[in-house]
Amino acid sequence: MPDLFSGRSLRRALPWLLIVIAALVLPVVLPPFRLNLLGRFLSLGIVALGIDLIWGFTGLLSLGQGIFFALGGYALGMHLQLSSLAPGELPEFFGLYGVKALPAFWQPFTSPLFTLLCIWVLPALVAGVLGYLVFRNRIKGVYFSILTQAALLVFFNFFNGQQKLINGTNGLKTDTARLLGELVGSDAMQRNLFWLTVLLAVGSYLLCRWLTRGRFGDALIAIRDDEPRLRFTGYNTTVYKTLVFAVAGAMAGVSGALYTVQSGIVSPQYMAVPFSIEMVIWVAVGGRGTLIGAVLGAVLINYAKSLVSEALPETWLFIQGGLFLLVVTALPDGLVGWWRSGGPGRISAMFSAPPAVATYPDLELDPAVQAERAKLEGGAQ
Amino acid sequence: MDLLYDTLFNGLAIGSVLVLAALGLAVVFGLMGVINMAHGELMMLGAYTTFVVQNLFKDGPLEALFPIYILIAIPVAFVVSGLAGLLLEKTVIRRLYGRPLETLLATWGVSLILQQFVRSVSSAFAIGLVVAVALGLLLPRFTPAVLWQRRWSPLLGIGTWVGSGLVGVALASALGEVRALDQPWFSARNIDVTAPQWLRGAVDLGALNMPTARLFIIALTAVALAGVIWFLQKSVWGMRIRAVTQNRSMSDCLGIPTETVDALTFLVGSGLAGVAGVAVTLLGSVGPNLGGNYIVDCFMVVVLGGVGKLVGTVVAALGIGVLSYIVGSGSLLLVWPAMPPALNELVTFFATTSMAKVLVFALIVVFLQFRPAGLFPQKGRLVEA
Repeated sequence: MPDLFSGRSLRRALPWLLIVIAALVLPVVLPPFRLNLLGRFLSLGIVALGIDLIWGFTGLLSLGQGIFFALGGYALGMHLQLSSLAPGELPEFFGLYGVKALPAFWQPFTSPLFTLLCIWVLPALVAGVLGYLVFRNRIKGVYFSILTQAALLVFFNFFNGQQKLINGTNGLKTDTARLLGELVGSDAMQRNLFWLTVLLAVGSYLLCRWLTRGRFGDALIAIRDDEPRLRFTGYNTTVYKTLVFAVAGAMAGVSGALYTVQSGIVSPQYMAVPFSIEMVIWVAVGGRGTLIGAVLGAVLINYAKSLVSEALPETWLFIQGGLFLLVVTALPDGLVGWWRSGGPGRISAMFSAPPAVATYPDLELDPAVQAERAKLEGGAQ
Repeated sequence: MDLLYDTLFNGLAIGSVLVLAALGLAVVFGLMGVINMAHGELMMLGAYTTFVVQNLFKDGPLEALFPIYILIAIPVAFVVSGLAGLLLEKTVIRRLYGRPLETLLATWGVSLILQQFVRSVSSAFAIGLVVAVALGLLLPRFTPAVLWQRRWSPLLGIGTWVGSGLVGVALASALGEVRALDQPWFSARNIDVTAPQWLRGAVDLGALNMPTARLFIIALTAVALAGVIWFLQKSVWGMRIRAVTQNRSMSDCLGIPTETVDALTFLVGSGLAGVAGVAVTLLGSVGPNLGGNYIVDCFMVVVLGGVGKLVGTVVAALGIGVLSYIVGSGSLLLVWPAMPPALNELVTFFATTSMAKVLVFALIVVFLQFRPAGLFPQKGRLVEA
């Protein structure tokens, strides 16, 4: 036990302690509206983690994560539409379009267990099949991005146009439904959902960390950096890519379900083209290739968006567009990447006198050279 | 037989807009591998240019020329969109060559800015913007050079731009108090371009009734296509563009100014987007969201056709046009009225414009399973096929 309070283990435990404290304190401190917003943004952090996994680590830029996000949301939304009905009753909107019997694909969603599975298995399956078809043909780079965007548009048009099946443009409302006997829109339920979101976000983070460390993670990074070489070494890169794309899809599904119950509606707008690109930008701003950056980016940008949209709605698109340009041209590794690569140090170095060097700055100040020298000198002693 | 002609004509009309829209994209994408998500917004700029030109000719001294304003709008739109594209290339895309995914995101950012710009531009806004840009460009020249040689000078550069941006915003909001200056030029609402009289009728060929506007678009597409082919195949700069498309580093070694070629290609591609914008105004009212409706379709055309081949772009666009019309209008039912009920239901299910898109895109994705490089793939022996 004496080791428990030493510096190293304390530093390791500190982030987790902070998360637990924040999760306990925030619901008390924040008004319900703000807490709900934070919960929503945190659930968006989960889809951002998935994007980081496929884009930051594997180099696959998917512009279609909205498909899986909305599928997860629709799965839960359909269940909530059915769960509070008396036997034989139909969800209200069906009456508007003269539908008399529940469509067959709605039937299984009466079961909560099936729904819980469906929320992540269905998007994972769709992502897996779509990914397999695309990766098998070695379609990659911008072609992959365009194809995912086209797939997104297919799903969007389908969900948008099918009033009789899933209420089309209007989407499914979840606020007035009951979950475990409690109104989904109520403050108490929303607080529980916030905790659930924190739990699942931490879980997804740990899953991603586990996936990206070790051999699997090395393979992913190798695919990103030089796929043909990895293939010639004997790895079947299609399997890795399909698998990681399916995992990201599952995470998007979970995220969509959480987002749906916290915002009270799921609609085809979740599959709109701009929304899926926004998701990528959260990761880019936070820092791709850094897991914590993805979550931070999602929460920060959405919080900024809600603040700016409340005050000056016209300027948000300017700010967002400018952010895209700034991050891509000036901060390619995002905020967390900039921080980790010594960005603040570089800024403060600008104001101090230039360091004294005996030979060339390139030789003496390069961090890689310095590290190597430290190693050599350490070994010599 | 009438049905066949009808289908062909309408499919051609839909397809020709796609050809026009995708042409510029195909040239740029083929040359630089750059995904320009702002292409749709360059089209929108072309459409708004048409609107401005129309208003200039509506009354006043130029009223006599109103019937042909659309012919004047075409080169003007080409220049406006082309210059916007050139500016985009010089400021943003140039920094991102070799990083196509980043280019995609950056140009998406540009497209958002352009959309909101069209919505909220007013005289006050424009003055603020011009002042901010002028300050940002001129301040470094009128400050002591010593300031720009320090270690913290990069920060000063950023600070100058932030400062001049703030001055611009302050100026714009101060001028916004004046009602005349605060009036948005276009606002977020859709705008309507009135076609001149001779484009409003229809050519009646017995059974077939062809709207003149559609015919005009088809003719415009043919002219634009011929122009691009002539430019690429017969002119000196076209040859240079083709050379750089085939092998960038070898062209560079042989003394072709690749940076100029890139800029020129971008200018031409963006200009073509502007021309497409003119055509789109003839089809109905246009708004700031115009670009989003076309951009994904354009990319599908380019991917389906095969990158770097104009013939692929044309065939793919016309094919998508005809197929969309056949599926969307449900005309299969007319050809084969005695269809089995199950099939009938299926055809009716897809017989709307948006559901036709679902089917056509799904078919394209399936098609790419068999021909991943599109209809007319480029031959090569690269590992990175």
